[in-house]
Amino acid sequence: MLDTSPCFDALPAKPGVGYKPQHFSDIMKDPGPVCWLEIHAENYMGDGGRPIAQLKHLAQRFPISVHGVGLSIGGEAQLDPDHLARLKHLIDWLNPASFSEHLAWSTHDTHFLNDLLPVPYNETSLARVADHIKHVQDFLGRQMLLENPSNYLAFEASTMAEVDFLAQIVARTECGLLLDVNNVFVSATNQHTDPVSYINSFPVEYVGEIHLGGHDEDKDDHGAPLLIDSHGCEVVDPVWALYAHTISRTGPVPTLIEWDTDVPEWPILAAEADRADAALAALVQ
Amino acid sequence: MTDQTEFTAALLDPSMALPAGLLDPKGLPTPKRFAVYRNNVAVSLTDALEAAFPVIYKLVGPDFFRAMAGIYLRQHPPKTPMMMFYGQDMPAFLQQFEPAQKIGYLPDIAQLELAIRQSYHAADSSAIAPDVLQNMPPDQLMTARLSLAPSMQMVTSPWPIHAIWQVNMSSGAPKPQMQAEEVLITRPEYDPQVALLPPGAATFITALRTKSFGEAFSDAAELTPDFDLTITLGALLAGGAITNIIET
Repeated sequence: MLDTSPCFDALPAKPGVGYKPQHFSDIMKDPGPVCWLEIHAENYMGDGGRPIAQLKHLAQRFPISVHGVGLSIGGEAQLDPDHLARLKHLIDWLNPASFSEHLAWSTHDTHFLNDLLPVPYNETSLARVADHIKHVQDFLGRQMLLENPSNYLAFEASTMAEVDFLAQIVARTECGLLLDVNNVFVSATNQHTDPVSYINSFPVEYVGEIHLGGHDEDKDDHGAPLLIDSHGCEVVDPVWALYAHTISRTGPVPTLIEWDTDVPEWPILAAEADRADAALAALVQ
Repeated sequence: MTDQTEFTAALLDPSMALPAGLLDPKGLPTPKRFAVYRNNVAVSLTDALEAAFPVIYKLVGPDFFRAMAGIYLRQHPPKTPMMMFYGQDMPAFLQQFEPAQKIGYLPDIAQLELAIRQSYHAADSSAIAPDVLQNMPPDQLMTARLSLAPSMQMVTSPWPIHAIWQVNMSSGAPKPQMQAEEVLITRPEYDPQVALLPPGAATFITALRTKSFGEAFSDAAELTPDFDLTITLGALLAGGAITNIIET
């Protein structure tokens, strides 16, 4: 087995991509503008075989971001100790440059629903999510980043804005934030709010990573636009524009291109990373 | 009942009313917005089952498979977030699933596909060199215990599951003949290999887990007088499935 001693302490403020096994040889041959990779934690919780072997190779060469999709941080129940233990095992041997999870829930009463489900924003959920994040950070022995969700609907039970909820979470837990700019655009369109105002009131000093991805377009029951966070196509121009505005506030931040369904050939994904690279370079000049 | 209990129930049952308190920006109820979540759950779990059971998918066809998956995912939602292991209840489900009763071998094919996945994600191990076994004095070999690779799996069936699997995975495979088949799955490096075992081999390999080499051979030879040890050991060695010989 290869030595996977820690090589990378942090993600560089450069483009990264969500790693897909079909791109392994392309990435090892010529990663182009891609300077780091993100994996979904749950795909690397097997005992061995090709997934783990490939990850060990990649970790020799690239900083890795571990992105969880199954902790259910927004869940009403306690976090699943078995899943936390599996996550800790992965984090301990891989020693990734970053770990992030979602402001969402996905497990209820032993059922894992394989989707990022919404949380109302109020004092009850704030206390619960903060407790869960503190638990995760204590258990893993590291800071985590929390990602803003894509919203399709609103809760009558919400009493505060998402940005204020996230700021409160940071204040209570000292976690960092993963700002998904596509999610901001999707949520703002779906909620009839202004994405630029959202970015302007976001606590940008805590942003450790940005996500960009594609979405699908649909209509709701009343004919209003309904955007769906699908990660199945290119990032659209209005999201690139919102990204440019975002990094003008945050400064250079590690920026991930997410493409999880209908995954394209490597050159198409690399071209998206090129676009992020150009935006980051323009900022530095 | 908690909010998330109600939300979960409505997610999995499209005939249920929407949970209370969910609104669109105008304060109107919002079935299509809630349907985004319902659809994400059903589609992502159906896709996971398609990835897990490619031969079942081929055997029953896309429409049947998706309809069946829609029922399965509601009866057996995943119990962990590790989607690569989703579908453990599929063999038992297919035993009971009325519309699948005409195809008696489906549960065993599902078992074979699960075993291939288990093998793919199993812990790595190093195989012994074949000559270690060949050079061992026979009396020592008979009392020795063999350790088997974590990636080694076996599936036995009264149906020709190896032939059915093969004919659906590669073109030009021979037509299945009605016979019981024992299948060995090994993983020499990263790709699971699926091989047909000679009769009696499954008894031998199962016995190796708890008994000496000689005792395992006796078990197999008793049940299958023409049990072929050479072919069986050849299959185990070729697949790197023997990881240690412990002399006793």
